[in-house]
Amino acid sequence: MSDAKAVADRLVKAKRLNALLTPPKDLRKSLLAQATAARPTGVLYGMPVAVKDNICTLEFTTTCGSRILEGYQSPYEATAITKLKAAGALIAGKTNCDEFAMGSSTEYSVYGRVLHPLDRTRVPGGSSGGSAALVAAGAVPAALGSETGGSVRQPAAFCGVVGIKPTYGRVSRCGLVAFGSSLDQIGVFGRSVHDAARVLSVISGRDPRDATCEDRDPLRLPTVPESLQGFVIGLPKEYFPPELDPVVRRACDRAIRMMKELGAAMREVSLPHTAYAVPTYYVIAPAEASSNLARYDGVRYGPRFDGNTDLRGLYRATRGEGFGPEVRRRILVGTYVLSAGYYDAYYRRAQQMRALIAQDFRNVFDRGVDLLFTPTVPSPAFKAGEKLADPIAMYMSDIFTVTANLAGLPAISVPIGRVKGLPIGGQLIGQAFLEDEMIEAAYALERVVPATDEA
Amino acid sequence: MSWETIIGLETHVQLRTRSKMFCGCSTAFGAPPNTQVCPVCLGLPGALPAANGAAIGLAVRGALALGCTVHPRSIFARKNYFYPDLPKGYQISQFDQPLATDGTLSFVAPERGIVTATIVRLHIEEDAGKSIHDRFARGTGIDLNRSGVPLIEIVGGPDLRSPAEARAYLLTLKQLLEYIGISDCDMEKGSLRVDANVSVRRAGETALSTRTEVKNINSFAFVEKALTVERDRQIALVESGGSVTQQTLLYDSKENAVRPQRSKEESHDYRYFPEPDLPPLVLTLEFVAEQQSELPELPAAKRDRFVATYALSREHAVVVTSSRAVADYYENVVRAGAEPQAAANWVMTEGLADAKDHQEQLRVAPGALAQIIALVKGGTLSHQAAKKVFGEVAAKGGEPRNIAESLGLIQVADTNVVAAWVTDVLGAHPTEVARYKKGEVKLLPFFVGKVMRLSNGKADPKLTQRVLEEKLSA
Repeated sequence: MSDAKAVADRLVKAKRLNALLTPPKDLRKSLLAQATAARPTGVLYGMPVAVKDNICTLEFTTTCGSRILEGYQSPYEATAITKLKAAGALIAGKTNCDEFAMGSSTEYSVYGRVLHPLDRTRVPGGSSGGSAALVAAGAVPAALGSETGGSVRQPAAFCGVVGIKPTYGRVSRCGLVAFGSSLDQIGVFGRSVHDAARVLSVISGRDPRDATCEDRDPLRLPTVPESLQGFVIGLPKEYFPPELDPVVRRACDRAIRMMKELGAAMREVSLPHTAYAVPTYYVIAPAEASSNLARYDGVRYGPRFDGNTDLRGLYRATRGEGFGPEVRRRILVGTYVLSAGYYDAYYRRAQQMRALIAQDFRNVFDRGVDLLFTPTVPSPAFKAGEKLADPIAMYMSDIFTVTANLAGLPAISVPIGRVKGLPIGGQLIGQAFLEDEMIEAAYALERVVPATDEA
Repeated sequence: MSWETIIGLETHVQLRTRSKMFCGCSTAFGAPPNTQVCPVCLGLPGALPAANGAAIGLAVRGALALGCTVHPRSIFARKNYFYPDLPKGYQISQFDQPLATDGTLSFVAPERGIVTATIVRLHIEEDAGKSIHDRFARGTGIDLNRSGVPLIEIVGGPDLRSPAEARAYLLTLKQLLEYIGISDCDMEKGSLRVDANVSVRRAGETALSTRTEVKNINSFAFVEKALTVERDRQIALVESGGSVTQQTLLYDSKENAVRPQRSKEESHDYRYFPEPDLPPLVLTLEFVAEQQSELPELPAAKRDRFVATYALSREHAVVVTSSRAVADYYENVVRAGAEPQAAANWVMTEGLADAKDHQEQLRVAPGALAQIIALVKGGTLSHQAAKKVFGEVAAKGGEPRNIAESLGLIQVADTNVVAAWVTDVLGAHPTEVARYKKGEVKLLPFFVGKVMRLSNGKADPKLTQRVLEEKLSA
């Protein structure tokens, strides 16, 4: 009981970040009830896990940071949530995010922007910025986010915490509100690799309710390795371009040196189609989103605007007022690229390019490379408002993360130091369903790199 | 100037499954609105589809029965459009890689005899919900019980040449699908729905002209009517110098007319794309073979076999195989010892007539009918008496011979008794006797009929005729 109270207190104390959407009163009440019901034998017994507000829960509303789902109470919960609860974890409220997970700064929430825990003039990254900020602020040891193009790893890097995106099909998407279905995965934030990995292990595994979830046993956690002896780690040259922010390069160089010292063989490799990843992503993700978000029409749930006009008027008003600007932009783009006459030029070509990008990774892994190491984001956390007027600049902050989503690969961001007080993240990209190898290397990296020191 | 009509039908058929296509909800018809729903078929945020294996099996059986190539790999696709009874804003269907293609359906056309129509494709999709426009004064009700119910769409080629032919095609298709048990094909419950593509061209032309699509044909009775109305409309239009515009028309059965669908409802760009929530539908050879082995003998094969084995005429074979139940019944009657042609005659006349009046129940057990036929053949019952026995057995059951005896219908073959009836009849009709004797021999059946009536159908007809001829020529 006192644990539940303490958990609630810590979360409420972080209120100024605007990272938590659940009202303190509801949170306290629910945490007490959950703590009473939790199974003491579970591997996560008593561990509070905050949950991004696009993952359905029975305890709290699920709004996706959108007006169109204001007050929406799901009648069922996500498979990941069921698994967390079965392991004894406490669902520690819902976290603020970019509307429908579309954004890289958590400024596109109808509930206002989330503040960076170390510098309130900056963004925490996004779209899972609320979850990242709460873990960084020490309010919870772990949190769930979701990834479509880097929405866990990018805010993890900005906030200086660990963020894992599992292989596509490792974790059930059932109950994760869909954005880009072929890219979406639930991901995990943790204070440490271990916290993130053990939560991931619990939520992973087969689920008959998600046909894209692989029929596999839950992920088994590796042990912390003594060294990186035997690991071949590739450094894709396209991820270290000359124009890379020097502070990011400096932190990466130090991490590379340390992995070498641990015995890893570092090898420069090439992923030649990398430059096409962002444009490919910004065709496929909006295309799927335009269809996935068609259901928000004010007919069955959520607010209904201007219902006195005809059907078209109802749709126009509800969707026009219910969705924010970035969501509307992506629905329009997605509708356009799927339209008759444009499908071949955009959607089909993007699918072809996606196959080439995935092939790039296979080629490298086939040649004996175990893992890839890259910067997670090209820069540290940027200032709030800085990229709102320039969507393309905002999209470019996903440049090193979207590839893993397009290829369906697991990837993890680990803090590798700070520059002028701002965290820098290093990314390890693994082979499909070999999260264990990736986590093993991340353990080693985490152990040797002073995460909070100036690089 | 003569015209040729070109018709192709797109038929939606509800598969006979207990649960829906992508969730576990019941498909039972007639439940209170919105009681057979879950997050998946309501399209709630975060809900995902999982394909129903039973439905896929039935769809494959349908494809095999139509002689289609069943593709080992097909793709589910999203068909995107907004409508309040479409909860997700898209329908899960199949588009450029359907389950099956290139089949045929042979049927007997009223004007052209046996026609083999092409089946262009057959794909799986889910049904939408139902909008109820006439129940509430202010607004439309939506019932999502039907949302997600499994359907197959069967797209026929432009091979039909008249409205009557379209009807014959549809009846044959319905019969086939009922035969193989994949659907109840009940148009009234919406488990079989048909849209028609119609165009006309002058006789001798080979290119297809602009077509229209006729929707809202809700009953078998309307198929021919709706298509006739549209064909006549197009011919009149072209003959008066106009031209046909490609459009979707709704059939109004009350007015027996077609009207254009409101322009807002049409010209959709459905923005099809592969359904990312479902992996490609991969069918193993074993699975397809298993579905093949589940297929019963198909109507066409059965018809051919009945012609070959039972020496029935093609026309009789068509009637006797009109449904699986009738065909099985017929074969059981033959197996019980009845002569095949006599059995066919009885099934086609008394059997089907009685079934029609009693919810399609074939009430006389095959063994009983075989016995009735044997009694007629052996001269124990006249045909007329046998019909009475059939009616009695149908209504009350029982042994035909006992019933015939208890009703006093056993044929009288005693020459003296028959002669007495003949004498009575001739005595009562002196005018006819005179005419007969003057050469009007066609009156013989008249006398036979009178004797039969007098004897309550018990007189042996052949004996009666012989005695009559003897007495009249005396």
